[in-house]
Amino acid sequence: MSYTADKMKIAILGSGNIGTDLLVKVLRSPHLECAMFIGRNLASPGMAKANSLGVPISDRSIDAIIQNPDCCELVFDATSAIDHKRHWPILKALGKRVIDLTPSNLGMKCVPAVNLEQCVDCDNVNMISCGGQTSIPLAHAIAQTQQEVEYIEVVSSIASRSAGPATRINLDEYIETTESGLTMFSGCVRTKVILNLNPAQPCVDMQTTISAKVGNPDLTKLNSAVEAIIARVQQYVPGYHMIVAPRVETNRIVMMVKVQGLGDYLPRYAGNLDIINCAALAAAEAFARHHLSTSSFWKGSADASDSTK
Amino acid sequence: MPQIRLSDPTLRDGNHAVAHQLTKLQISRYAEAAEAAGVPIVEVGHGNGIGASSLQVGLSCEDDATMLRAAREKLSRSALGIHCIPGFATINKDLRPALDLGVDVVRVASHCTEADITQRHIGFVRDRGKEAMGVLMMSHMASVDVLLEQAAKMEAYGAEAVILMDSAGAYLPADVTLRVGTLVRNLGIPVGFHAHNNLGMAVANSIAAAQAGATILDGTARGFGPGAGNTQLEVLAAVLEKMEISTGINLYGILDLGDLAEREIIPAVPSIKSISIVSGMAGVFSAFTKHVDRISKQYNVDPRDVFFELGRRKIVAGQEDIILEAAQQLAQRKLAT
Repeated sequence: MSYTADKMKIAILGSGNIGTDLLVKVLRSPHLECAMFIGRNLASPGMAKANSLGVPISDRSIDAIIQNPDCCELVFDATSAIDHKRHWPILKALGKRVIDLTPSNLGMKCVPAVNLEQCVDCDNVNMISCGGQTSIPLAHAIAQTQQEVEYIEVVSSIASRSAGPATRINLDEYIETTESGLTMFSGCVRTKVILNLNPAQPCVDMQTTISAKVGNPDLTKLNSAVEAIIARVQQYVPGYHMIVAPRVETNRIVMMVKVQGLGDYLPRYAGNLDIINCAALAAAEAFARHHLSTSSFWKGSADASDSTK
Repeated sequence: MPQIRLSDPTLRDGNHAVAHQLTKLQISRYAEAAEAAGVPIVEVGHGNGIGASSLQVGLSCEDDATMLRAAREKLSRSALGIHCIPGFATINKDLRPALDLGVDVVRVASHCTEADITQRHIGFVRDRGKEAMGVLMMSHMASVDVLLEQAAKMEAYGAEAVILMDSAGAYLPADVTLRVGTLVRNLGIPVGFHAHNNLGMAVANSIAAAQAGATILDGTARGFGPGAGNTQLEVLAAVLEKMEISTGINLYGILDLGDLAEREIIPAVPSIKSISIVSGMAGVFSAFTKHVDRISKQYNVDPRDVFFELGRRKIVAGQEDIILEAAQQLAQRKLAT
């Protein structure tokens, strides 16, 4: 059985920056227990960190789970989109739930502040992208309150040092996955995503601007919807803040948020990496509570994470 | 006699100066005259290149395909060029369709420290058998060593030339000599230079680049471009002729091209206004000028303060959205005092 008294056992596949930062977050969770931290190289910094934290480690990649399928109930995949496409059929056959942090576009897209309830029964949940986790709650607020949303645009600036080689080589996938996520959650067919890397020192925090063309802007309704959704996001991403409140500027609605990370394994400026991990953790905790005590614990509210306070 | 290849982004960088409102007809008329003048490369599109029409930078009057078709019809000896910034343009949505429409030269651009985001796009262009150049934008923001390392990456990805852009018009001739000279001595591919005129140095800087070994120079008709404008192409061609540097361009043809541009596509010939001088001194992207002007009025702040604030924050090309936040912050500070 994969459950201890009140914690669900999970494994993290991928020992890079994302996987290692996620591990630190999981170790704080009252609902999750990391049973295995899995990579390909025992000498990597992530592996060393996990080892120093007393977490069981393996360098056997997906084979670690194939050979010891009872080690966990849920797997976080923090490898790459290509690897996830290979991992998923194997994990599905083993009956594992999966939370996918790659832009593979395979599973049910999840933004905890918006559709956590719909995801707790899905066996593969996809966290879209950092820009998606940042912008989709606001796009959703626009869609909920405005008539004739004809176009939504999202521009993110991130610190160059927070964009590793995988992010850089996969810029096109980032853009396309985030655009399709925006469309799915807002119903707006025309979306555009832009990413800027800024090398300034000290490193800049992640900032995201969302603009929209709508029929007849209703800022009163929008302001209250935005305030509500930001409060929901802050429950699992404490560093998520509005820095330019919604306003109408040359025939568009525009607003801007900043994301500062928790500074777990990655520096605070890397809010882009923090937010996708916080969202993945919220999804896993909701799943754990749902399945550990379906009757009383999970009531479908968005108080998703009590571990990131 | 040395040889310089001139590249003309009038119909691309000039688009910034008219908020990306160049029409199909204007593009067609200019391309026809550029072909007649023997301009080697005619660059066409939205100011930030393909896939950049946006609320962020400005919505184009014509879509990418319409602009490229209009130019393609008129160009045969002259090559059709585009600017392409990964992060704005993707291969599937923007680059592949542009190549399908017959683009000859693709200049894949990144901020001067971020060359590795150009790898896939450069590779794609080379695989399609078209000419790929790498472009390092805002090159005044990196040291010579970093520029060389980034340019060498582009060469390794398959770029057939590397262009240094002085996107803020911040260089003095000695800066250009040092940077271009270092690249020329250490790379195995041609080096080019693209100047802006914020401090009145565009032609002088372009000549400094040529003397340091650059063999590709950018210039636009009447200097049509964002803010204070670019190197004036007709002047550059004339100066190069006087220096007995061959460009293959017909002098009367290029003078006629400048006259046609002023008549048919340029509402106001660029001049160096106060705000452009500040943009050059602060080292901020010249194409921010219109946005800074507009937003400063909304927040009732001095646009010069906004430019210096953006310079202090080391904002790069593409970050137009930050202008709004910076102006808001300045307005709040003003209220507090």
